[in-house]
Amino acid sequence: MNALVSLLAVLSIVVIAFLGAGAGLEVLFGVVLPYAAILTFLVGFVLRIVKWAKSPVPFRIPTVAGQAKSLEWIKHQPLESPYTRRQVVLRMALEVLFFRSLFRNTKAELKGGPRLVYGADKALWLFGMIFHWSFLIIFIRHLRFFTEPVPALVTGVEWVDSFFDVGLPALFATSVLLLVSLSWLIGRRFLDPQVRYISQAADYFPLFLIFGIASTGVLLRHFAKTDVAGVKELGMGLLGFSPPNLGELGLSGLFYAHLLLVTALIAYFPLSKLMHLGGVFMSPTRNLANNNRAVRHVNPNPQPVQVHEFEHWKEEFKEEIAEAGYKLERD
Amino acid sequence: MHDQGKVIAGIVIFLIVVLFPIWYTGAFGDFTPPNLDPVTDAKECVKDKATMTAWHMDLLNEWRNDVVRNNDRGPVLIAGKEWEKSLTRTCLGCHGSYRKFCHKCHTYADVKPDCWQCHVVPEER
Ligand code: HEC
Ligand code: HEC
Ligand code: HEC
Repeated sequence: MNALVSLLAVLSIVVIAFLGAGAGLEVLFGVVLPYAAILTFLVGFVLRIVKWAKSPVPFRIPTVAGQAKSLEWIKHQPLESPYTRRQVVLRMALEVLFFRSLFRNTKAELKGGPRLVYGADKALWLFGMIFHWSFLIIFIRHLRFFTEPVPALVTGVEWVDSFFDVGLPALFATSVLLLVSLSWLIGRRFLDPQVRYISQAADYFPLFLIFGIASTGVLLRHFAKTDVAGVKELGMGLLGFSPPNLGELGLSGLFYAHLLLVTALIAYFPLSKLMHLGGVFMSPTRNLANNNRAVRHVNPNPQPVQVHEFEHWKEEFKEEIAEAGYKLERD
Repeated sequence: MHDQGKVIAGIVIFLIVVLFPIWYTGAFGDFTPPNLDPVTDAKECVKDKATMTAWHMDLLNEWRNDVVRNNDRGPVLIAGKEWEKSLTRTCLGCHGSYRKFCHKCHTYADVKPDCWQCHVVPEER
């Protein structure tokens, strides 16, 4: 059901773009909505970060997986339990770039009845890495539509990515890798009963959305081409705040579908779980050093701390508790 | 807000990175598209303009495969006219300048055809 709703949402975005572009609404889909989405993205992203930064961190709560710094003769594991800022930065970099904590992912399985077996599960890490790195490379490649002159880095990335030189224009390795890893990530939610049970529409929607973006992108490059230089004219026009005459450019309906899917992704970004892009840096379990014994961490909450005592709570929710028929142990 | 300095620095870095295309192009380039002149006296291309803009690489690919792989050099009939299947003699025989036409647009769209490792760009007209 969750999956179906998300799929329908993504499909309707595609249909709306086709109909809209056909009905002469190019300016809405090519100019107005992209600007609105980018504004939503920038403002929403910053507000989210500020909101997170405002929540007090009453104590240092890094989640550690190794020996903290202690006496000299006890071996300290700086990457597992960082003590200095340098070690925090290093641990964070490994987390952001290589998903180090996910590499430790385990799975619990019931084997032949009551036997519970724990095992390593690197597949999620592997496909997660493929997905994110492909996405980053594709993002960088697309800067060819948004920069003039195109930086050497972008051209270099394109060159490496088209290394296999299959077809004309050449097929990019990341196009295939992105679709494969996305299929795996979607399949995981369908096929693993535990994961399926906890999957919400908010989990399926971004996956289907990105799948839609990737597949329309591949179609546009290889099978249903449109005027690529015209696409760049639109991109540069948007950046320079003087969008071209879209009626004259005559970009295809499929291009508008691709664009509207991307527009939806950009606007949806700060409102959704995709904010883990910024959130990973704001996570106090990752960005704090485990040095509680050496450095005093002042509780930023106003003192005396406003507390909500159990007695108050019980009083406040008396009726609800009675209604639900709970028996509170202290009664 | 805790760690105010670091958070604000992070937000500023974020904004500098996402707005890269704007400040980069503003500083080093130009937002306006290049002026493309087909450099020819002809009125029409091999196919209609929209098709050529989007699909010219496929047309060339087809011709190349015909000639090089299938030994089919015969002229092709497109919209009542016969064309020789040739990159240099047909395309650049009519379009008088590679630099001012093909290359200008390819640079804009960041395309680097490797054809010219073997084929020779005819003299510019
Ligand atoms: C209006 C802009 C434009 C003009 C003019 C133009 N091209 Fe292209 N050409 C492109 C774009 C854009 C691509 C790549 C499409 C893509 O990346 O999907 C391309 C791709 C190609 C390719 C395939 C190269 C590859 O590696 O993908 C060849 C070959 C080519 N063009 C030849 C020519 C020739 C020859 C001319 C001049 C007669 C020419 N083009 C004029 C825009 C143009
Ligand atoms: C008979 C002369 C002639 C030949 C041969 C020819 N072209 Fe053209 N081409 C033109 C003309 C004229 C135009 C401009 C059409 C217009 O503006 O309606 C044009 C336009 C184009 C465009 C679109 C430019 C734009 O601004 O979008 C491309 C791309 C192109 N030609 C590539 C090629 C390629 C590749 C070949 C070889 C397969 C080729 N042409 C062969 C005359 C020719
Ligand atoms: C490795 C060298 C090489 C590269 C790179 C190359 N070609 Fe060729 N091409 C040849 C040779 C050799 C022939 C055969 C010439 C002949 O027999 O007349 C040929 C013939 C052709 C022909 C038909 C004959 C003619 O006069 O044009 C076309 C069209 C063509 N190539 C297009 C392309 C295009 C487009 C590209 C770039 C995407 C390209 N070629 C890249 C070597 C190359």
